[in-house]
Amino acid sequence: MRLTCPFCGNRSIAEFSYYGDATLTRPGSNAEQSAWVDYVYMRDNPAGPHSEFWYHEAACRQVLRVERDTRTHTILSVQTA
Amino acid sequence: MAEGGLIDRTRPVRFSFDGAQLIGYAGDTLAAALLANGVRLVGRSFKYHRPRGILSAGPEEPNALVELREGAAREPNTRATVAEIFDGLVCRSQNRFPSLGFDLMSVAGALGPIFAAGFYYKTFMWPAAFWERVYEPLIRRAAGLGRASGLPDPDCYDKQSAFADLLVIGAGPAGLSAALQAARAGDRVILAEQDLALGGRLLADRRTIGGKPASVWLADTEAELRAADNVRILTRTTITGVYDGGTYAGIERVADHLASAGGLPRQRLWRIVAPRAVLATGAIERPLVFGGNDTPGVMLAGAVRTYLNRFAVKPGTRAVVFCNNDDAATTITDLLAAGVEIAGLVDSRSELPEPVRELVASHRVKVFANATVLEASGGKSLKRVSLGGQAQGTTLACDLLAMSGGWNPAVHLGSQHGGKPVWSERIAAFVPGPMPPGMQAVGAAAGQFLLAEALGTQAAVGAETDAITPLWQVPGTRGKAFVDVQNDVTASDVSLAAREGFTAVEHLKRYTTLGMATDQGKTSNVTGLALLAALTNRTIAQTGTTIFRPPYTPVAIGALAGAHRGPHYRPTRRTPGHDWAARHGAQFIEAGEWLRATHFPRGGETLQDATNREVRSVRQACGFCDVSTLGKIDVQGPDAAAFLDFIYANTISTLAPGRARYGIMLREDGVVFDDGTVTRLRPAHFLLTTSTANAAPVLRHLDVCRQILKPGLDLCIEPVTDQWAQFALAGPQARRILAISVDPATDISDAGLPFMGAVAATIAGIPARLFRISFSGELAYEIAVPAAQGGALASVLLEAGAAPYGLEALNVLRLEKGHVAGAELNGQTTAADLGLGRLLKKRQDFVGRALSQRPALLDQERQTLVGLRPRAVGRGLQAGAHLIPAGRQATAENDYGHVTSAAFSATLGHAIGLALLRGGARHAGQVFRAVSPLQGSETEVEIVAPVFHHPGGHALHA
Repeated sequence: MRLTCPFCGNRSIAEFSYYGDATLTRPGSNAEQSAWVDYVYMRDNPAGPHSEFWYHEAACRQVLRVERDTRTHTILSVQTA
Repeated sequence: MAEGGLIDRTRPVRFSFDGAQLIGYAGDTLAAALLANGVRLVGRSFKYHRPRGILSAGPEEPNALVELREGAAREPNTRATVAEIFDGLVCRSQNRFPSLGFDLMSVAGALGPIFAAGFYYKTFMWPAAFWERVYEPLIRRAAGLGRASGLPDPDCYDKQSAFADLLVIGAGPAGLSAALQAARAGDRVILAEQDLALGGRLLADRRTIGGKPASVWLADTEAELRAADNVRILTRTTITGVYDGGTYAGIERVADHLASAGGLPRQRLWRIVAPRAVLATGAIERPLVFGGNDTPGVMLAGAVRTYLNRFAVKPGTRAVVFCNNDDAATTITDLLAAGVEIAGLVDSRSELPEPVRELVASHRVKVFANATVLEASGGKSLKRVSLGGQAQGTTLACDLLAMSGGWNPAVHLGSQHGGKPVWSERIAAFVPGPMPPGMQAVGAAAGQFLLAEALGTQAAVGAETDAITPLWQVPGTRGKAFVDVQNDVTASDVSLAAREGFTAVEHLKRYTTLGMATDQGKTSNVTGLALLAALTNRTIAQTGTTIFRPPYTPVAIGALAGAHRGPHYRPTRRTPGHDWAARHGAQFIEAGEWLRATHFPRGGETLQDATNREVRSVRQACGFCDVSTLGKIDVQGPDAAAFLDFIYANTISTLAPGRARYGIMLREDGVVFDDGTVTRLRPAHFLLTTSTANAAPVLRHLDVCRQILKPGLDLCIEPVTDQWAQFALAGPQARRILAISVDPATDISDAGLPFMGAVAATIAGIPARLFRISFSGELAYEIAVPAAQGGALASVLLEAGAAPYGLEALNVLRLEKGHVAGAELNGQTTAADLGLGRLLKKRQDFVGRALSQRPALLDQERQTLVGLRPRAVGRGLQAGAHLIPAGRQATAENDYGHVTSAAFSATLGHAIGLALLRGGARHAGQVFRAVSPLQGSETEVEIVAPVFHHPGGHALHA
């Protein structure tokens, strides 16, 4: 797989670390425990477009928000987080 | 043959097969050279140990697998049809005992029925205990292919990346045309061809292009491509895998064909990135299914032409041609031209096309239309074929049977992304379906078998035709009719599987092994599923294909490893003080990515002796230790303090400039992530240290938290681990020793640089940062200097009277003080488990705060940190030992925890340990059994507080 980093260009996936679902919002500090459990542990496994974080660890160290089709690994978009 | 072909008769090549000395010519494959030497029997089959010869002339070969080379370089299961011979090549046949000609195991052929489909599952069911001890070794001995050398691979391998606008896979007429077109348009082109030469079938068939021999067009095209600086031609390179984003893997056989690699890598793994690719992999001919179709001398018709035309080898003297398609005319023409007698043409079709009728009439070839070959016989070499259909009762003497069941486009790479190939009735074969993005098939790979289609030009290529009437299984065959010769899968195995309900193609594959092993069914899959379709009253399209996965052809593990073997498996990190330590007698150990000094033995000291001395030197005088491996991260900016309050579980923002603080970070699930120190160098400038192992994960955590969770904060994060050499200087004499070399302007008195203070200074002229931090509980400093000055600083400290100590002593010193390290921060422990619960901020939000308050993490029965000492002085203690209450059985339900760290304390004169114990300090004073079944040891221990030496910590403040 390859990602086109807005800072570094088209690069091998080996340079990136996966950081999971980009649609989650960290609960406020007074949120119920169940909201935290959802945030930390519960994940959907969608077949299709998925918004997720990729960290360009071996280069610019920017976290990128990537839209990827989980069925085909087609990269639909890459933006800065 | 005395002339013709593409071999170099001026360069004879000597090689041996099963000890026989043979001669071939440069340009020969091993298969061609064996045939030229009259060798037809080259191996024994997988299950039945039947005699086998050479079926094909390419990478699809299922039969002619041999062991190449000797000793450590021995390579099993090599296809003789692609291996090139070189002077001194030693090769052997496989899977025979005691010899190829006389094989004891061939009795398995007579026992055929017990080896039918699913025999593993049916025959060797019980008793269960026999499975591993009796059946499996027996089966492994009887069935199988070549032997691995069992020795380290003596060859070297290489990896290389390449980028192009277009990758052309295959350099037959279609691939060459595509490459030429793209090259002329200015694209950067990589042309990869698995063969040693460009041309594909043009090397094997006698064709004309534009009225001239095809070799003229081939030479012109190759010359133009080689002259173009935007084209890279890779021969002997097989594209084996198609990956996401236009990434391709290729294996180049760089030196496999050379007698001596002469410093070259044996093979090179290419990673090719190209947004567009042309699949020009051609097609693979199908065998026909009749009795004895595995007899040496039965060969694919296209391969027969390859041996005749390219290698100038006659694979036989009297041939029968058996086919269901129009290719027969070419085969007969080429055989006649080479002087091979034709015993007959057997065509399963009732109507022969006009060109074939003319040809056979003019050459008086016997023709059997609407006829089949029922059985080929002759054992180790073909002697005769018995005919069926209209020719029932006829027997033809022959030593070569050229068969053609049609051609299968080599769709494999095009389907590796999951796109299913599509059935084409016209050519009776699968053509590529939905392709990986950017890939397009051309020529025979796309099901366009005619040369004119492949070239895509108007150039005259002579009459050609590709009509076919499928014949999947000859009706009424006698003897074993193989579908997959590599796995000894017969037509009756396929029908047995269908009867037993294995009617899905993937089930058929697993149950019968059809299409498995080194050839992955290149010659057998389509035929197998056509038989299955007929048996289950489905069309072939409905039956479908199995999934295509990389690699296309077998890949040596060495090629995947490349240079990353042994010490080069990964980079070794050496500390800035490494060379200095090596000069001063240090012993080193691999600790994660790093090489670290364990101890500095003097004279004949053992590790334990040296460690004891080093520990005492710190406790009694002064020692120094290279701690540069600790992660160092520089955090600056107006919001740095607020950010660190969010990252650390304890408060950082109240830290005064010039002061340091111990800090712990949690993961968001409430478990401890890492610990270290935070120093506020200036109001908006912090320096963090991390544990050695977590240097990279902590940086990643900081980056991700800042960018995702706190994007509004204004700060910069920079890793500076590699920029600094850092030494701990510890012991009651530390200040006196430091004073010798520190610049006089720096006040290092207890008032000037108190415990947990930090200051910039100069040491022996080297700019430095001084931290009054202690991991040993002694009066101690950490001195950071620019990395290049690490060795110089060590020399300064040694001359001032401090003694170097290593990782072992460092560990003993921290254990004596009960400081936690990696074995305690194990990804399961909370701050409270480690006795650090009081550090957590009560009100403010930080990473991990919410879930650290989960009931399960606050449970009083959790395993928490305690100290251990053996009841009997002199007893050792093993990390990893389990703690069982005294008097109880060592069982899982009595397991209260385990010893995380243990060492002999030179200061106290006995072993000490840290443990995680259910109920923790509640057991203080109680006796537990520390049981280590792994090491077979047991020690009675007393539960004590985890700080063994100077619990009051007064030395720190001296």
